[in-house]
Order: sequence, then C-alpha cells, then structure tokens
Amino acid sequence: MAEGIKDKVAIVGMGCTRFGERWDADIKDLIAEATYEACADAGVEIKDIQAIWLGTQWGSQVVEGGVVTGTLLSSTLQTQYVPVTRVENACGTGAESLRGATYALAAKANDLVLAVGVEKLKDMGFGGLPSVWIGRWEPVYGAFGTGPGRYAMAATAYFAKYGLTPEQGKRILADISVKSHYYGARNPKAHLRREVTVEQVLNAPMIAWPLGLFDCCGVTDGASAAILCRTEDAKKYRKDYVTIKGFGIAASPGWGKERIDYDFTYWDATEAAAQMAYREAGIKNPRQDLDMVELHDCFSIAELIASESLFLCDKGKFKEQMGDKRAYYHDGEMPVNVSGGLKSFGHPVGASGCREVHEIYKQIQGKAEEPSRQMKDVKLGLAHNQGGHPGKFICGVTIVGAP
Amino acid sequence: MAGIVSYGAYIPIYRLSRAILGQVWGGGGKGEKAIANWDEDSITMAVEAGTDCLKGIERKSVDALYFATTTPPFKEKQSASIIAAALDLREDIIAADFTNSLRSGTIALRAALDAVKAGSSKKVLVIVADCRVPAPNSALEPLFGDGAAAFLIGQDGLAAEIEGSYYLTSEFIDIWRLEYDMLPRTWEERFTLDEGYEPHMKKAVAALLKAQNTAAKDFSKAAFYAPNARAHEAMARTLRLDAKTQVQNPLFDSVGNTGAAFALMTLVGALEEAKAGDRILVASYGDGADAHIVRVAEGISKVKDRRGIKKNLQFKLMLENYGKYVTFRNLIKFEETPMTRPRTSLTAMWRDRNWVYRCHGHKCQQCGKTQFPPQKRCMYCQADDKFLQEVPLSDRKGVLFTYSMDERTAVVDPPNVLAAVNLDGGVRIFSQMTDRDVNNIKVGMPMELTFRRIHDALGVHNYFWKCRPVRE
Repeated sequence: MAEGIKDKVAIVGMGCTRFGERWDADIKDLIAEATYEACADAGVEIKDIQAIWLGTQWGSQVVEGGVVTGTLLSSTLQTQYVPVTRVENACGTGAESLRGATYALAAKANDLVLAVGVEKLKDMGFGGLPSVWIGRWEPVYGAFGTGPGRYAMAATAYFAKYGLTPEQGKRILADISVKSHYYGARNPKAHLRREVTVEQVLNAPMIAWPLGLFDCCGVTDGASAAILCRTEDAKKYRKDYVTIKGFGIAASPGWGKERIDYDFTYWDATEAAAQMAYREAGIKNPRQDLDMVELHDCFSIAELIASESLFLCDKGKFKEQMGDKRAYYHDGEMPVNVSGGLKSFGHPVGASGCREVHEIYKQIQGKAEEPSRQMKDVKLGLAHNQGGHPGKFICGVTIVGAP
Repeated sequence: MAGIVSYGAYIPIYRLSRAILGQVWGGGGKGEKAIANWDEDSITMAVEAGTDCLKGIERKSVDALYFATTTPPFKEKQSASIIAAALDLREDIIAADFTNSLRSGTIALRAALDAVKAGSSKKVLVIVADCRVPAPNSALEPLFGDGAAAFLIGQDGLAAEIEGSYYLTSEFIDIWRLEYDMLPRTWEERFTLDEGYEPHMKKAVAALLKAQNTAAKDFSKAAFYAPNARAHEAMARTLRLDAKTQVQNPLFDSVGNTGAAFALMTLVGALEEAKAGDRILVASYGDGADAHIVRVAEGISKVKDRRGIKKNLQFKLMLENYGKYVTFRNLIKFEETPMTRPRTSLTAMWRDRNWVYRCHGHKCQQCGKTQFPPQKRCMYCQADDKFLQEVPLSDRKGVLFTYSMDERTAVVDPPNVLAAVNLDGGVRIFSQMTDRDVNNIKVGMPMELTFRRIHDALGVHNYFWKCRPVRE
C-alpha cells in the first residue's frame, strides 16, 4: 500500500549559481558552482554523495552535439562510480530531478543524495531557444510553434473568455511583470535586475501578440542543486532543514489543444499535479495554508493561469483576488514569485524546478539575502514547474516546509 | 460527347501594385498583379483550383489527374501525385504532369478529352497553375502574375462541350528557361511578336474557323492568351472581334500574365457569365498555338458556388513594398544565422501521409468524436485504435478559437500567426494562419483550410494544411 512521501525526506543543503548570461561559465562550471555551494551549505563533501539525479533539457548538446548522459556530471565532479541519472521533462526537468532523489531516499536505497538542475544556452549565438520541434517532432505539424507563440494563444483565449479587451488584459499582465522585475531587482542572483514600469511593459516591442518583451522571460544560464537525506538523519547536517510535504507530477494526456473542449484558460496538468500534492501534504485551502508560492512564470500569462490552476484564486478572478489586492507581493495575502520568478530571476530550463525550491528553502531559513524581500514566518511553500505547452504539459508540484 | 463537367479557379490573395515597381525601378505602370503568398507554389494553387472545381462532386469519381505548369516545384518527382493526395483522390488513378510549355494546359485538356472519349477514364481532372518568377527590373516583372484553373472533363451533365479544336506545333523560341534557370530568358519582342505570337495564333484560329465553318461573329466571347495587354488588343482586332462585347477580360490590370494558366483562367471567367447555347472561342500560345470552340451546355446552371475568377478577385491584400515581394519569391539573400535549420523526415512524412497530405483525422466509433491529427487511442474516451476511423477534413469550415502572432519565429513573413480552429463537426485543428490581414484577426472569425508549402527543409518542399480566413 502506497504511503506517500510526506515528511520522510529532508533537504539539508542547497546551492544556486548566479543566473544570467554567463559568458564566463560553461555547463560544467555551472554544475560545479551550484553543487559546491550545496555541499558547503550541508557540510558534506562530494565523496559522501551516494546517488545523483542530473536534470537538464539540452545538456551540452546544444554546443557540442551528441548525447547527454550522467557522465556529464560524474566527469565534472569526479564522482567515482556512483549512479548519475539524467532526467528530462523539458522546462519541468528540475522537479523531476528532485523527485528521483526523494524517492530513492524513501525507498532506503541511499542515505545521502544530490539533485542538480542545469542549463547552458547562451553559447548558441542567437536569442531564444533551440528549435526542438522542427525535425524532432512531426516534420510539419506544429512546425514553428514557439514558447511565446503557444503561451500567447492562452492569453488571447483568456481575454476572450472573460470579456477583456486586449488593452484590459495586457494591463493585468503588466502588473505581474512589474512585480517580477521588482523582486528581480532585489535578488542578487537574479538575471534581470532592473525595475520596470507599467508603461514600459505596455509599450515594449511585441514578441508574440498579445505578449510583449516584458511579458516574457529571457534565456538564462544557471544551475541549482539540493542535498537530501531521510528526515531521521537530517539533524546530523543542520537544525533548520526543510522536509518534502508532497509531490505531484502529472503528464497531461496531451493533444489538449486539439480537444475541442479545451479552452486554453487553465493548465490541466497543473490542476492534476496540485491536487496530488495537496492531498499528500494535507492542504485543504492552498491560499490559506501556503505561505509562499514559486510558480512557473515563463510568461506573464503563465503566472496568471498557474495561479488559478493551483487554486490560489478562483478561475477568472485573478485580477480581483491577486492583482487588484496586490495579494501576490511578499507582504500580501498570497505571495507569488518573490524571487523574481522565471521571468526576472531567470529560466535556465533544467534548473528552474530545483531553483524554485531553493527560494522557499532560503525563505524558511530567513536567508533571503535582501531584507526587503525576506518574508516573515515562512513555514510552507509550493514550487510549480512545468514543461511543454498549453494543452500538453508535464507538471511538477513540490511542497516543502519546516518540519 | 466529352466535355467540361465542372470548372474552378484560384487567384492568390496578394497583389503587387505596379506603382511600387515604378518607385523601385522608375517608370509608370498601372494596375496590379496577383502574387502567390510565400507559402504558395504551382502545386498549392493547383490544389486550390481543384478544390473549387470539385465542389459538390464525389472526389472518388475522378479517374485521372493531369497537372499542367511551366513551374513544377520539383524537377524530378511528380507534382500531380502530391496534388492528387491533397485533393484526397483515389490511389488507383493515373496522374501526369504536363510541363515546359505555355500551352501545357490546353494540351492536357486535349489529352483528357481523348481519354474520356476513348473510355479509358470516365472523369479526368485537368488543373493548370503557374507561378513564374520574372527577373527584377525586366520587362516581364510588371507583367507576370500567378494563378490556376481547373476543369473536370467527363461525359455526363456537361456544362460545356468542345465542338472543335485545332493544334499547331512549332519549334519557335521566344521565352525559355534552361535546366538550371529560375528566371526566364527572352528574345527581342519585335521578333517574337511579329514572327511568333501573331502569325501562330492567327493561323490556328483561322484553321479552326475554317474547319468548323464558322466566323468570329458567331462567338459570344473569346478567351485567349497574349503576352501583354497591347498584343491582346491587337490580336482581338486581327481576329475581328468586337473589343467591347466579345473579348473576355484578360485581367492584365488585376492579375497579370499567368503563363500556362492564362487562357484557361480566362475561359473560367467567360464560363462564369455564360448561358447555355453561348459559344466561346479559346486560344492559347507557346511552342505553336491551339484554338477551340467551347459551346456552353445546359449543365452550366449546375456549376454553382465556384470561387472561380470573380469571387477570388474580391479577396485581396496589397503587398506593402518591393522588399516583401522579393522575399516572397526568394529573390534576395539574408544573413545566415546559427539558428537551427528546419529538418524533415521523408520517412515520417510517408508514414503520416494520410493526415499530412490528405488531411484525414480520426472519428471514434465509440464516442463519435472527431480528432486531428489521427491518434493511437481516442483522446476523448480512450477507445483503442480499432474504433478510430479515418475521415477527410480538408473541406470543413470552422471558426477561430484562439490565436497569437509570433514575431520571433524564423518564417518568411512574420508574424507567424498560430491558430486553434474549431472545425464543423467538433474537431479542433492547431495550425498556422496564412493569407491573413494581421490588423483584422478576431476570435470567432470564420476559417477554412488550405494546402500550403510549410518549409523547405533538407532540400525538400514540405507541404501541410494551414488555416485562413474564409473567402466568402
């Protein structure tokens, strides 16, 4: 009989590189930087680690070509024949690496493990992401469907469903981006560290109508790492460890965008993963029970819809319940992405899911670095990470909290 | 008697004003010409005209497809086979390309009539389409336009009969392309008109009229080829036609010289306004000349709702500038970027041919829902694939459910408009939108599907279905 994961596994150390256009670092540098920081945080050494999960979408193949295996990490960190499992779920890769590590501990297969998420994209010579659809997917169907293009379809659908003019809709989204930049500016490790105004957001060049430049995250290099053990061993490493309260990972049956009853205004996989994780963590009312949420806001519309699909506010009520009340600020009723989010902290694809947990971990410990964004009494947080595109997501929801 | 059962035509939505050419190269020029969108070629335009022609006609009744053009997108690899698939015709048909001559269309027409008369085919679809690229700043640049026409040839319920034809073959060279040329080459016009066009046309028409014991005055309309408007007017005089009443508008001012498609598009224009009993003189030129007497029959009243020439002409988007035009026709070289180049897999295309070319989806026999693309299990009720039955979808209309306009995709004409369209019968199709005015796209607008060239990847033309605002 399945028992669930609640409180069985603890995070005792975490690391996160500075996110951004890391012209100075290759993928190995980023893996090392995040892992060394996590090891130092936990007070352990590389040789103490018994198993590793490496999450990366492209690994180094963007630049080097060829396959990506766990040896990318074992050769970088000179781990000596411990298992390194490479996992990949597109932009939802980070959550998957943590999940693998957690279940290995719960199964008592290992005692101390490492999860790393990393992406190195800025060696390609152009902006944007590699065009994975073209060639890997069906040769013609779906060709040229980019991330911004696909998410923007959800914005158009949301505006249409709730009777918003594009101007009204874009205004709601602009407030989200202003908030993201506000926190990015206050986070020393963030990629985009400049505040923006509503006017700047609204007047920015168009990327994929109705989404403008400031509605979209950048392309970021970075890595994040976590050292985990079973909760009974956690005190050996530190007092202020956090525990995993619940996991939900859901793969949408897909083709959601082809079902005529899918309307693009909710993320089906997010709803499923959230319900899984809430059940396991014993959360009845997310808006009340959660102290903070780090959610997958690769685009402003992604934050809006994820907030509704995680049940942080009612469907179609984001403006009233989140935006108008400034509920999503760190001193608001339901703080969301006080790290700056994928939007401003950055989105190195494979790293993001792990990086979101890093933010909650630091907030619980009172170590948010900048006093202006340190929240009080954080006990329970949720990290939401998804890969794919509207109608066909794989989504990971990770709930962590003070033991 | 063999004759025309149905007809159709296609004119691309884009027009280039000749004033824009004047701004770039100097000189005047009036009117405009029709320009294929960047994702169109002679194959996709043929599919459009063929679809128009087959409206209300059982596609499985077509026994042969003859495609005529001087611009086949593949030099080796048949075009007609791709057109046949996109039109969802049967597999056990004869398909043939008639190429290289401006008269390919009328030659294919004769071959079709002969096949029907001989009884080897009951119905033959003849489609002619051309998309010739004139050299920049040449005399041909303002002239050439793009378009297509289609005729279903059969024996029953004729809309028009071919009472007589005369074919003349000549080794005369006036316009040509070598095997490695994209742009046409020409000889001095004074020679090509005086020794080529004028005498050959005159001879063919005269021989026909004599053999059929008829005269110019017996025709209600004349639909004939000419290299340009002046030569067209001169030929009308030579043939003693009344310019006001007897000459079908050759559309030089709005479409341009559509090459192999020219004479037969003009015939479609004449048929649209004809009534039973009318006689139309048709004449075509190139490597000789041919002339035909088309007698309109009772069945003409049954050929309805065609977009033909008239309706297609109503839909137009003006090209904003010359830069767009040369980009559409691939006449300009851009910076090479390290962005990943599109790839394709001919293996996958072959496996997926029924939905890539034929636009088949799946209808679930358990829950009744239709889905595109075809599935392994029903996406609504999870029934396994023995319940999934292929159904054709390319004819269905729909409405735009949602869309976005992506400025950052490496497409020829950004923004790339991504669209979710809900087709009649409850099926959603995710696609790119083409032939669109980006200032006039609205959720809920009526949409239809169109067969287009998606990209040239690994040196292969890749075709698929896109959506576009309905032309109605």
